[in-house]
Amino acid sequence: MTAPTDFTIAEARTALAKRELSATELTQAHLLTIEALNPRLNAYITVTPEVALQQAKAADAALAKGEAGPLTGIPLAIKDLFCTAGTRTTAASKILGNFVPPYESTVTANLLRDGAVFLGKANLDEFAMGSSNATSAFGGVENPWKRTGDDTVLVPGGSSGGSAAAVAARLALGATATDTGGSIRQPAAFCGIAGIKPTYGRVSRFGTVAFASSLDQAGPMARTVEDCAILLGSMAGFDPKDSTSAQMAVPDFAAACARGVKGLRIGIPKEYRVPGMPAEIEALWQQGIAMLKDAGAEPVEISLPHTQYALPTYYIVAPAEASSNLARYDGVRFGLREEGSDLKDLYERTRRAGFGDEVRRRILIGTYVLSAGYYDAYYLKAQKVRALIKRDFDEAWGKVDAILAPATPSAAFGQGEMQDDPVAMYLIDVFTVTANLAGIPGLTVPTGLDSKGLPLGLQILGKPFDEETVFAVGSALERAANFTATPSVRAAA
Amino acid sequence: MSLDTATVRRVASLARIRVEEDELPRLQSELNGILGWIEQLQAVNTDGVEPMAGGGTQALRLREDRVTDGGIQQQVLANAPDAGPEGAAVFFSVPKVVE
Amino acid sequence: MSYTLEGATGTWEVVIGLEVHAQVTSNAKLFSGAATEFGAEPNSQVSFVDAGFPGMLPVINGECVAQAVRTGLGLNAQINLWSRFDRKNYFYADLPQGYQISQFEFPIIGTGEIEIQLADGSVKNIGITRLHLEQDAGKSLHDQHPTKSYIDLNRSGVALMEIVSEPDLRSPEEAGAYLTKLRQILRYLGTCDGNMEQGSLRADVNVSVRKAGEGFRTRCEVKNVNSIRFVMQAVEAEARRQIEVWEAGEEVVQETRLFDTSRGVTRSMRSKEDAHDYRYFPDPDLPPLVLDAAWVEQLKAGLPELPDARRARYVGDYGLTPYDAHVLTLEKETAAFYESVAEGRDPKMAANWLTGDFFAGLNRTGHSIGDSPVSAAHLGELLDLIKDNTLSGKLAKEVLEAMFETGKAPSVLVEERGLKQVTDTGAIEAIIDEVMAKNADKVAEYRSGKDKLFGFFVGQTMKAMQGKGNPTLVNDLLKQKLA
Ligand SMILES: [Mg+2]
Ligand SMILES: [Zn+2]
Repeated sequence: MTAPTDFTIAEARTALAKRELSATELTQAHLLTIEALNPRLNAYITVTPEVALQQAKAADAALAKGEAGPLTGIPLAIKDLFCTAGTRTTAASKILGNFVPPYESTVTANLLRDGAVFLGKANLDEFAMGSSNATSAFGGVENPWKRTGDDTVLVPGGSSGGSAAAVAARLALGATATDTGGSIRQPAAFCGIAGIKPTYGRVSRFGTVAFASSLDQAGPMARTVEDCAILLGSMAGFDPKDSTSAQMAVPDFAAACARGVKGLRIGIPKEYRVPGMPAEIEALWQQGIAMLKDAGAEPVEISLPHTQYALPTYYIVAPAEASSNLARYDGVRFGLREEGSDLKDLYERTRRAGFGDEVRRRILIGTYVLSAGYYDAYYLKAQKVRALIKRDFDEAWGKVDAILAPATPSAAFGQGEMQDDPVAMYLIDVFTVTANLAGIPGLTVPTGLDSKGLPLGLQILGKPFDEETVFAVGSALERAANFTATPSVRAAA
Repeated sequence: MSLDTATVRRVASLARIRVEEDELPRLQSELNGILGWIEQLQAVNTDGVEPMAGGGTQALRLREDRVTDGGIQQQVLANAPDAGPEGAAVFFSVPKVVE
Repeated sequence: MSYTLEGATGTWEVVIGLEVHAQVTSNAKLFSGAATEFGAEPNSQVSFVDAGFPGMLPVINGECVAQAVRTGLGLNAQINLWSRFDRKNYFYADLPQGYQISQFEFPIIGTGEIEIQLADGSVKNIGITRLHLEQDAGKSLHDQHPTKSYIDLNRSGVALMEIVSEPDLRSPEEAGAYLTKLRQILRYLGTCDGNMEQGSLRADVNVSVRKAGEGFRTRCEVKNVNSIRFVMQAVEAEARRQIEVWEAGEEVVQETRLFDTSRGVTRSMRSKEDAHDYRYFPDPDLPPLVLDAAWVEQLKAGLPELPDARRARYVGDYGLTPYDAHVLTLEKETAAFYESVAEGRDPKMAANWLTGDFFAGLNRTGHSIGDSPVSAAHLGELLDLIKDNTLSGKLAKEVLEAMFETGKAPSVLVEERGLKQVTDTGAIEAIIDEVMAKNADKVAEYRSGKDKLFGFFVGQTMKAMQGKGNPTLVNDLLKQKLA
């Protein structure tokens, strides 16, 4: 029999329904794995065994009464950016080190409504700013994958590195995550799992610590596309507490996974063939195209001419919004406070001590690009280019139903390998950031390994609010790729 | 557009982030590195393009004018580093501000 | 005729523009469901949104939008069907989010105009530049602790309308009249209670001075002046200061100042010295505010009659003097009171009683029209008693006084105190007979031609009747008997 930690969410639901194991057993199996591996992986900032076991007990009671919800008894990791009532929420920042929200984010409330069990709060880049989980004030996360014959500690990607590592190493069946420039799709690729950033407005942002409000979107990570669909079905939905939440019904995403791709036109954007892209990535992409073609889809070359400007656009828009969003961390109402000689001094000392290097850097960039005399040259210009990037996609949707592209320009890299040059680090998000700027859904599916045995993923981009097609294409790709490799650091089977 | 140290200091002050003198050169070169890279946007022709402000394109939904929140004084103050004198912790507090 | 100030170098003109912050009348805040009531326990009307907690998001209150539109309509202003919220970024102890949600580039209301009345009877049109919606900040208390300032966020997030005038005002009087008129319109509309003591209406006064024929010189903004009288004083004080600066050969520096009400001077605000750079940008948490033209029409149809229209109606339909019409329409409550007294009665008589004895009674007893012990119905009843000769004018004044003291209906007081006017001719004749019998000598004098004595007989008769005799009857009967 499959070890409980190796279940997919779909399998676990069946096993729980059939009472082959209890929610408590399933939760305990995960807590044991966390106890064994988290000290090494550092995937969780906070583990909440009492909360988890209590929720598991309630899940067992619901199962016994035949009142199970879609996620009853399913143990999940919650990115520590979602506020959870009564459980410390840090955003991986010192400035929120002791913050215990008295309220629940809409995403986690939805999951709780559907019966989920929360194992703890997953590590991330500080305020979700980063692509390697290296900026966490609670230390980096180790990627559970190893290069063949090489013990180098690799990064899990970021910012949802803790969520990705936890799911890959079997420290959770699935996880919540957020994606502002690729923070779900890039770590999913680095850790050999699936993850989807839904359409902007599909999932409520209420109660999720904001990084860049016009780009932030929460989504799930799991080991299969179908599991992502199940989780998203629970997380998504209209929320009157978020003015940007779309007033739309949530379709049956899991059902869409079985649709197949016959007759679908799949766009292959020529601009995603970036200079210096490793041959392995190009090969992976070509394999993906071939697989979809075999499954009955029609590849169509398309052009997204402003792709190369997406990253610089993002590095104006995101820091600008962040500089404003993070102004509330001032040592007055919650979080860290460093006393000062006067109010300004208190602010400056608190924010110097509370924010890490990357967060401070982005706040400064964001402050600068919005400041008098520079707004038009930077922020307004970026908004216009953003409009052009969105227009590129709008035009593509006239020709294709979905787009296939690489998720990342490389496999996971070693801790410390990219830390010195912020811009080099930013370039890792080259394939993911366009979806955030345009507000469209994007799904990463693990489809192969590089020559060193590390996972690589492809990305499916879709029309706004057409996650169903994205899931259909992702599932078809998943079936064809039949990715079965597992990381070397994981729960003992 | 490249930042001089005075501008870095001014931006840090606007952002209320303390920057030590010896940090300035490194910070200045990092910020200039990023800004130099961002500069490539100037090459894009954006004549007549409407700026895209946010993620959502729909219009604001109007809420009903009902009191549905508040009345949670102690919860609002629960995380405060300094909520005033013991027994009467009803305020947030800061070093005295002179107006 | 126009207002000027004399300096050492000649005559100076004053240029004034007002930015008024008017608290929107609503149950809940602009972007949160917390209450807006004044005077609550500190931090008790605060949601996590108002306190800027992580992950909290703004959702707009539709009634606040409606109130802004009503106000715009009342100011004869352009209603912008598309507007947007921006963030104004700055750090301050009572600004929890580190930014104020406001409208910068695209306000909900564009240009408009209001007419002000001046003491000399002239009127002047003052341009409105714009009106936008924004959130209020919290309140800092500096006098509760020797080294700390305390923060109360009850006001944080309350909806404000910032109403900006053109620099069309030229004297303290005009500034005062503008603010008076604006307050009057807001109160008529019910969009702001206009309570300046509680801070529901605050004015930032932009003042500059210039010599005749010049363009504008540098202006200074005097912040948060909280009474009409102080606005007028602040204008003059700031203008005089600027004249001194210019005349000393120096430059006026554009800055924010405070009006020191105890010393009657303005002073620079040290705490806001730090160079302003608000870094406005569109609030990404809020899609644009798009109004339905039909909804705006609906609001327009539901607007109450405004002071200008009401004043014109009082003069035109009721025949009141422009002055009485002005006085009676200053406050919406007064006008409503007046109209219910005047309903079905002589409107001029009603106006005379209201502006005369009734207002005097309110003053004497320390009441306002809102809590008047004399209701409009009772005052109307009193006028009816005069009309049907139950009461003489003199008696009616007495009854009104008693009404202020007791709150009772005039008919009840007349009954209780036996104040009813005597109209029984037999009873009056009997008294007259008595008076004539007692004063036979005077009767003789009168009959021999001393007409002036008639007043004496009236007085004696009324005195004997304790003032209750119907004056007309007393007159007529005396004339008959003495003839
Ligand atoms: Mg102002
Ligand atoms: Zn304002």
